[in-house]
Amino acid sequence: MTHYLLAVHGPAERNEFGSYGSKEEMEEAFAATGAFNDKLRADGYWVFAGGLQPVSTATVVDGQGEKPVVTDGPYLETKEALGGFWVIEAPDLDVALKLAAEGSKACRGKVEVRPFDGLA
Amino acid sequence: MQGGRAAVERVFREEYGRLIASLVRRFGDIDIAEEAAGEALVAALEKWPGSGVPPNPGGWLTTTAANRAIDRIRRDRQRDAKQQAAHMFSNDTHREPTGPVEDDRLRLLFTCCHPALASEARIALTLRLLGGLTVAEIAQAFLVPETTMAQRITRAKQKIASAKVPYRVPEAADLAERLAGVLSVLFLIFNEGYLATGHGEPVRSELTGEAIRLSRILHDLLPEEPEVTGLLALLLLTEARREARVRNGQLVPLGEQDRAGWDHVLIVEGHDLVRECLAINRPGRYQILAAINAVHTDAPTAADTDWSQVVALYDQLTQLDRSAIVALNRAVAVAELDGPEVALALIDRLPLTGYHAWHAARADLLRRIGRSAEARQQYDAAIDATQNTAERAYLSRKRGELV
Repeated sequence: MTHYLLAVHGPAERNEFGSYGSKEEMEEAFAATGAFNDKLRADGYWVFAGGLQPVSTATVVDGQGEKPVVTDGPYLETKEALGGFWVIEAPDLDVALKLAAEGSKACRGKVEVRPFDGLA
Repeated sequence: MQGGRAAVERVFREEYGRLIASLVRRFGDIDIAEEAAGEALVAALEKWPGSGVPPNPGGWLTTTAANRAIDRIRRDRQRDAKQQAAHMFSNDTHREPTGPVEDDRLRLLFTCCHPALASEARIALTLRLLGGLTVAEIAQAFLVPETTMAQRITRAKQKIASAKVPYRVPEAADLAERLAGVLSVLFLIFNEGYLATGHGEPVRSELTGEAIRLSRILHDLLPEEPEVTGLLALLLLTEARREARVRNGQLVPLGEQDRAGWDHVLIVEGHDLVRECLAINRPGRYQILAAINAVHTDAPTAADTDWSQVVALYDQLTQLDRSAIVALNRAVAVAELDGPEVALALIDRLPLTGYHAWHAARADLLRRIGRSAEARQQYDAAIDATQNTAERAYLSRKRGELV
């Protein structure tokens, strides 16, 4: 079995409905994502998942120097940002891609599938 | 049977796809498979010239290579017992349910043409692993530096290993879609050979030949899939005209080709395959393209071509594929049926200004209705848009003949 990250990228700028167009759309996406999460658990693929607060809440820390340097904002200025993710366990890429397609439909965003190099 | 170096290499090349595919299935790792196959070749080159080629050379190579692979795995395992052992044999411990046919080469073909790989990587991997072409040969065929091609192949292999692209024929529900991806790779390999994009050799018969060889294997493995039969028919009917298609370094258009120079053995086989796939009554893109080519190769002279049949087939193709390129090819046939003005009106609307064939078709139609100045401009644009030497030579001649 291999662990895969299913990363959902969305617009860095969000409105009152997150990255969705309306309240209804947001609620539908949340409900569909909840159902998808239940399915992942029931079928044994689930490892971990979560949605992230907007990038405006991010803080960058550089601890490589003598004293850590703390700055506001994301490290990279981009129009798209990581909005949430799943970590799943699947036998191969075909299974991971099928699940990613379902997750993408549920949360209404594109999903990037990447294998883990290993887990600590 | 002689066992000289050339004979050994020919056998090796013919057996390569089957050899690699069975090693990949057994050891679950492309690098191990390639290395073991390479060692088996060295062993064959040492042994066969003296003893002669064995009665079952494929079996000999497979056994020899598998033994080398096991030796290597044992060595690796001693060095790094935990990780290697778990990795190498993972494929034998849980066997996934496979699709309709289980053949190692078919499994590997689906891996090489996996949609998660970039299109150019799919083509390169297919030629390397199933065609047995060397990295240098593939690089030369696609006019990229060998290091670039080596990197492209290495990256794709790394992705297959790390992301665990499976070695498996897709399940029935996914087969049609995944098969379309495989057919597209074979068609692209053929097309690159048939009208090479670079300024080197205008036709690369090693690529057209390899695409046909792989399509034949695929047809043997999946004889009931009409699109596979359709693709093979299409390639054979196109290949049949290859010799007549270039004369004195110039492309010869279909209507001007010497039909006695066509390969009639391939044409007969192609026509049989077209009938075979159409009888299944599940039409598809390659079957229709094959049928169009069957109409052309059925006509004793260009004037005998049944253009209404060709246009009807393009209409059918348009239902499946609304792309501008299909519309362009349909318009070229319409010109023969309804005249160049009608065709020109159809072509002018298409968003293909960067495509050499669009300019070439416009140039030809403008020439035929006597709009020479515009035709000249279009020939210039077509020449600029292609590097193929035979096509440039043909277009330059036509431009020169304008009055």
